[in-house]
Amino acid sequence: MDRVPILKIGSILLVSIQIDMEDQVALQLQEDLAERIVATGCHGVIIDISALDIVDSFVGRTLATIASISRVLDAETVVVGMRPAVAITLVELGLSLPGIRTALNVELGMAQLARDGADDEDRDDDDDADDEAAVSQP
Amino acid sequence: MNDVEERIEVSTDQDVVRVRQLVRTVAVAVKLSLVDQTKLVTAASELARNTLVYGGGGTVEVARVDNGRRQGIRIVFTDEGPGIADLDLALTDGYTTGSGLGLGLSGARRLVDEFDIETAVGQGTSITVTKWCR
Repeated sequence: MDRVPILKIGSILLVSIQIDMEDQVALQLQEDLAERIVATGCHGVIIDISALDIVDSFVGRTLATIASISRVLDAETVVVGMRPAVAITLVELGLSLPGIRTALNVELGMAQLARDGADDEDRDDDDDADDEAAVSQP
Repeated sequence: MNDVEERIEVSTDQDVVRVRQLVRTVAVAVKLSLVDQTKLVTAASELARNTLVYGGGGTVEVARVDNGRRQGIRIVFTDEGPGIADLDLALTDGYTTGSGLGLGLSGARRLVDEFDIETAVGQGTSITVTKWCR
């Protein structure tokens, strides 16, 4: 069975899916990624799907599950590189991938994660302001 | 004029990948637009997986069709599994008897031009979908 490689670049894990995945390969990726997040302590995951010419409900669900698992393990996931035809098809299929963050390419995905990191540091400085804002929301 | 390109026995995950690849090849050959290719391959992936997971395996036949005005592709998914007891319910978004999202059947129907399903409890299911060139 093929396996999707996971690369560590700085504090980010980068997954570039280059093959038409069998369902089992997608499930294996889910497990491998969870283990790598814990082993490396990375706070960001980028999944590049620019080579995928379709995303069906199984792969879509796997991406959503990966994002949820990552979040529980203190890492944010950004899915990048979705082709326009894939986006059109996914939405028509009925899968709008709620809860998944996206960016148009790897570079923008990394920028998004870097901003998150900066936000985290800001939060340490002005905890009070954040708390107030949180309380005032319905 | 119907011209059967190929028939694939679906009994493993790998066969679902082969169905996707075959449908893609034929979709390119009949010159479907990129978006329509993507929709058809996605629908085929959903339905081939259903054949495997719910039907316990079966066959997929891909054919080029021509109605005199337009070219298209017709795909028939056949299994001899348990069949679908409540078809209306099975075609409802979000309904599933398995562990999926319940979008396979209803979503696939939206992605093709023609969708025809025959099923009988205990006898299996046959789904025929067609996508025409614009």
